Amino acid sequence: MNSVGLEEVLAWLREAAARIEEQKEYLTQLDSAIGDADHGINMNRGFKAALERLEANPPEDIAAALKSVAMALIGKVGGASGPLYGTMFMEMAKAIDGKERLEAADVAAAFRAGIDGIKARGKAEEGDKTMIDALEPAYAALQEAVASGAGVGEAIAAAADAAARGMEATIPLVARKGRASYLGERSAGHQDPGATSSHLLLAAAAEAWGS
Amino acid sequence: MKKLINNVDDVVRDELEGIQLAHPHDVKVSLDPYYIYRADAPVQGKVAIVSGGGSGHEPMHGGFVGMGMLDAACPGEVFTSPTPDQMLEATKAVSSGAGVLHIVKNYTGDVLNFEMAADMARDEGIEVESVVIDDDVAVQDSLYTAGRRGVGATVLAEKICGAAAEEGRPLSEVADLCRKVNDNARSMGMALTSCTVPAAGKPTFELGEDEMEIGIGIHGEPGRERMKVKSAAEVVEILAGAILDDGVIGSGDNVLAFVNSMGGTPLIELYIVYRDLHRFLEGRGVTITRNLIGPYITSLEMQGVSITLLKLDDELTRLWDAPVKTPGMRWGA
Ligand SMILES: Nc1ncnc2c1ncn2[C@@H]1O[C@H](COP(=O)(O)OP(=O)(O)O)[C@@H](O)[C@H]1O
Ligand SMILES: [Mg+2]
Repeated sequence: MNSVGLEEVLAWLREAAARIEEQKEYLTQLDSAIGDADHGINMNRGFKAALERLEANPPEDIAAALKSVAMALIGKVGGASGPLYGTMFMEMAKAIDGKERLEAADVAAAFRAGIDGIKARGKAEEGDKTMIDALEPAYAALQEAVASGAGVGEAIAAAADAAARGMEATIPLVARKGRASYLGERSAGHQDPGATSSHLLLAAAAEAWGS
Repeated sequence: MKKLINNVDDVVRDELEGIQLAHPHDVKVSLDPYYIYRADAPVQGKVAIVSGGGSGHEPMHGGFVGMGMLDAACPGEVFTSPTPDQMLEATKAVSSGAGVLHIVKNYTGDVLNFEMAADMARDEGIEVESVVIDDDVAVQDSLYTAGRRGVGATVLAEKICGAAAEEGRPLSEVADLCRKVNDNARSMGMALTSCTVPAAGKPTFELGEDEMEIGIGIHGEPGRERMKVKSAAEVVEILAGAILDDGVIGSGDNVLAFVNSMGGTPLIELYIVYRDLHRFLEGRGVTITRNLIGPYITSLEMQGVSITLLKLDDELTRLWDAPVKTPGMRWGA
């Protein structure tokens, strides 16, 4: 796929919601090891609400769809991940406002704006054992793919692979942000739930925009 | 999982409906979005105080809404911070124009959601100050981490700031008092058992028959250290010892001693802990001049206890003694 429109973005969001529902227990189990056992429950509640919103008020364009998801996440998720992912979708919406279709470079720009939004709100950096550890390597891979002329499908697949590696690389880290930081050294040896849900979102995009 | 519920998805709503039915003269409940507010809100000329956090810590915060304490409380899902729309609507419902204080426990989720809500309320012309409570000495503090958790001091801050607001003190002074309580209070908790979040269906962590977890949070987050169960006196020494080691409270001080049940520990054990705490502090030259004993900031059905010490002066003592009339705490009214 060389560019994506509203249809493809909606397909991604449906795929993401389905994967989160499927992985709800797993995400929650990861969060029970180093957090408070609610990440999968929170994300599932938020993405369910997002799909309901999109169905009740069909968005006119991609920006409207992303904004609608942002509002659902901010309003329904709670926890740290609600405002963080909510901010991410809001900033992505602003970055591609007015666009009918997104080329790989547009996707990369939106993704950059989304990550910057999360960092501005949560003040986490790479290595703090958060979702940033999946998102930043994913962006780097996306950017590299764009530079070498890849289409959206190929670029997002590279991003999802990099997110998977970033997610796994959170295992040995000691958390410095979020609830897991209360554990100090004991947070090492566990995969970060937020990095795992970030990978899910990207893997869903790779699936939806695959061929 | 054995719990007295009807449906895991309806736990918070069913509880709120129960609170409304039980306390119709003191509080009102909004079900969309969820918040509990004083039946007589907004109270003209008074600074309003709004707090909130995940459910599962009852009576905090909803049980502390009423005369002399909170104007509104926003309950999230169990152990999950509430969302900005709840905080915004609650803030608007209780704002009389004298300003609103948000009392926020230091958890990333609570802080981020309250930040968004305060921004929105300010956009609507409401003056909002936020104070973040972070009194848990079990967590190593550092500039590079999320910092210490907000635990027992939250209850004391809500009571004391509520009394100050009731006296007609302005927003900046009520917020300063909140910071003063936070600066002079320290807490630490421990667990004998885990707890089960209804939506998760199984215990958040596993603890062996003969084990306890020291430095536990209030969300079933595992603590700093796991060890063999010890006697009440030894547990008091670990908890209160860590609090005194933090350096804010020491010999010659008068304190409020707050012995809190995590939900599953009965009063008989709390009084044993209180006795041992009294002895321990006496030995260290610290005098208990006020106390609070019972389940006030809980972690569902977890067995365990937390100790909070607040260094008192005349002002804090007077505000602590002032009348309060809420479902979860009442005296002098
Ligand atoms: N300051 C932060 N910046 C970025 N991500 C964060 C931050 N704090 C927490 N997170 C992410 O949020 C995830 C936890 O989300 P969730 O369980 O839904 O919220 P909570 O911790 O409030 O229960 C963590 O695994 C981590 O990836
Ligand atoms: Mg969590």
